[in-house]
Amino acid sequence: MALDLETRDQLLSTIRRFVDERLRPIEDQVSENDEVPEEIVQEMRDLGLFGISIPTEYGGLGLTMEEECLLLFELGRTSPAFRSVIGTNVGIGSQGIVMHGRQDQKEEWLPKLATGEAIASFALTEPEAGSDAASLKTTAIRDGDHYIVNGTKRYITNAAKASMFTLMARTDPDTPGAKGVSAFVCPADAPGISLGKSEKKMGQQGAHICDVIFDNARIPATCLLGEEEGKGFVTAMQVLERGRLHISAVCVGVAERLIEDATKYAAERKQFGQPIGNHQLVQAMLADCKTEAYAARCMVMDASKRRDAGEDVGTESSCCKYFASEMVGRVADKAVQIFGGAGYVADYGVERFYRDVRIFRIYEGTSQIQQMIIGRNMVREASE
Amino acid sequence: MKVLVPVKRVVDYNVKVRVKSDQTGVELANVKMSMNPFDEISIEEAVRLKEAGTATEVVVVSIGPQQAQETIRTALAMGADRGILVKTDDEVEPLGVAKILKSIVDEEQPGLVIVGKQAIDDDSNQTGQMLAALLGWPQGTFASKIELDGDKINVTREIDGGLQTVRLNAPAIVTCDLRLNEPRYASLPNIMKAKKKPIDEKAIADMGVDVSPRLEVLKVTEPAERQAGIKVESAAELVAKLKEAGVIG
Ligand SMILES: Cc1cc2nc3c(=O)[nH]c(=O)nc-3n(C[C@H](O)[C@H](O)[C@H](O)COP(=O)(O)OP(=O)(O)OC[C@H]3O[C@@H](n4cnc5c(N)ncnc54)[C@H](O)[C@@H]3O)c2cc1C
Repeated sequence: MALDLETRDQLLSTIRRFVDERLRPIEDQVSENDEVPEEIVQEMRDLGLFGISIPTEYGGLGLTMEEECLLLFELGRTSPAFRSVIGTNVGIGSQGIVMHGRQDQKEEWLPKLATGEAIASFALTEPEAGSDAASLKTTAIRDGDHYIVNGTKRYITNAAKASMFTLMARTDPDTPGAKGVSAFVCPADAPGISLGKSEKKMGQQGAHICDVIFDNARIPATCLLGEEEGKGFVTAMQVLERGRLHISAVCVGVAERLIEDATKYAAERKQFGQPIGNHQLVQAMLADCKTEAYAARCMVMDASKRRDAGEDVGTESSCCKYFASEMVGRVADKAVQIFGGAGYVADYGVERFYRDVRIFRIYEGTSQIQQMIIGRNMVREASE
Repeated sequence: MKVLVPVKRVVDYNVKVRVKSDQTGVELANVKMSMNPFDEISIEEAVRLKEAGTATEVVVVSIGPQQAQETIRTALAMGADRGILVKTDDEVEPLGVAKILKSIVDEEQPGLVIVGKQAIDDDSNQTGQMLAALLGWPQGTFASKIELDGDKINVTREIDGGLQTVRLNAPAIVTCDLRLNEPRYASLPNIMKAKKKPIDEKAIADMGVDVSPRLEVLKVTEPAERQAGIKVESAAELVAKLKEAGVIG
């Protein structure tokens, strides 16, 4: 149920303050050490951030999509590595269970995920199955009251901290494509599961990805998500569709942060005897940034409200992810330009954001995949 | 022991305040308001006393417009049990506030009242002391540490040149300083639960207290703008400049 405005404002102003007072001051440190300090993670648990999307009956806040996006606009105003700490519990790691989990699965996992006591990851991508996720090769073969899992999952966010993977694997090796795939609520400590090394990334230091290797891993048959085999790919796509709005909101938050920083810099930095913000060509860059970020904000609000109202927003979610992730890339590029040499130098943090936001065009469906989804849906609807 | 904590809604500490063009006060229209930071410290202390089992109930009271209810909600979200809103759209001076609080204290009978040492809007630093005088209760001001010991309250005070510890007999008034504690962030679940905690509304008219203003504000002005300084190369130049400015002979 949606919150009253007063409570909602209190939530948002609390997050804004937490970002300003606790997260922004340590952005450099987190990037330098490639680690979000445990103390901050604990504060995020205490705040209840891990549970924002989990229903209240399982100890979460049960925010609507609109509320979640408003909150992410705020949380986006700092290094996205912080968002990643809660990202998989709020989004792709937990939502499979929320959407299609059995009662016992919800009761077992959701309360722990809501408090942040347990971390959930989402394991779909493989070395040879990225954009074409339906071609995944990892198998889960029924063996009595267990499944035997074999295969490798790649670039899995928060895998090293995970207690549980929402795992997509092929239960029917004879059925290629989406239909042969099932989803599992796979405990991370099952025998036969190991992790690869933490990857070195372009940005978002402090957030970690690695391979998850299944070598004859035995997981109880009850780990199958929901009741039936063969539904896993659909589940994964529904989870990602929701995740796209979440990511879009983060993109808007980061863009607004960069615009704030760039505008302040433009007002202070003087060249040719006046603040560079007085030069029309600098104003043009600021205006482009503002306009695009505003457009993305409106798109995210519209799509999330419509989703909350029960509309199918598959196409709109992809439009948001496509536009917002490309938008924040352009904004980060212009922010570097407005900062000039200082934009290229690490001390000012702008180059760090420039690298951080690059991933938004790649994961949870690349821009090309979003274009494909949007276009395909359009053509299909026209021919229906 | 019941603890009463008064909280004030003030211009947010991050806002750059502007003086109204007619110089009667500062601009409040469309300005972000929040809880006086010293009052956050009072609430935090009261909630800690409750968590430690020494306080039984934490009651917050705010005197102000309807929106002061949001400030009370913030306190409830931090862990206070219930709120009292004394509604008024007029500005109430510290003595008026102290009189209203006395009326609330008479009704609630707390063992301890924790107030911020001052509010960041008018920096009066008077309410706690006036309330102590009106009630005839002991007071410990500028507290950097509060310990409950039966019906005694040990208060460590920040004074010029060091710390002083005083022992008060409850019931008492304590005004708190910045270093008393670091207030928590209200957690998101607690913000949502705060909605269900009760807030009583009261009118000043029903309290039989005279809060009519006794002070007249003549003029409010911005601080004089500071001139840019200059850099000197050496001590000799510094001395010369100071002489030039007539600061030294
Ligand atoms: C930091 C990070 C975190 C990640 N977290 C997770 C996670 O938690 N869980 C998870 O499962 N995965 C995760 N991933 C994986 C991510 O989702 C994939 O990298 C992404 O989907 C792209 O797949 P790929 O890398 O195999 O690229 P490819 O699919 O090989 O794509 C390469 C290029 O080809 C283009 N392309 C591919 N197919 C088409 C087509 N049909 N038409 C046009 N262009 C096409 C793509 O757009 C892209 O430009 C993460 C990746 C990173 C880098």
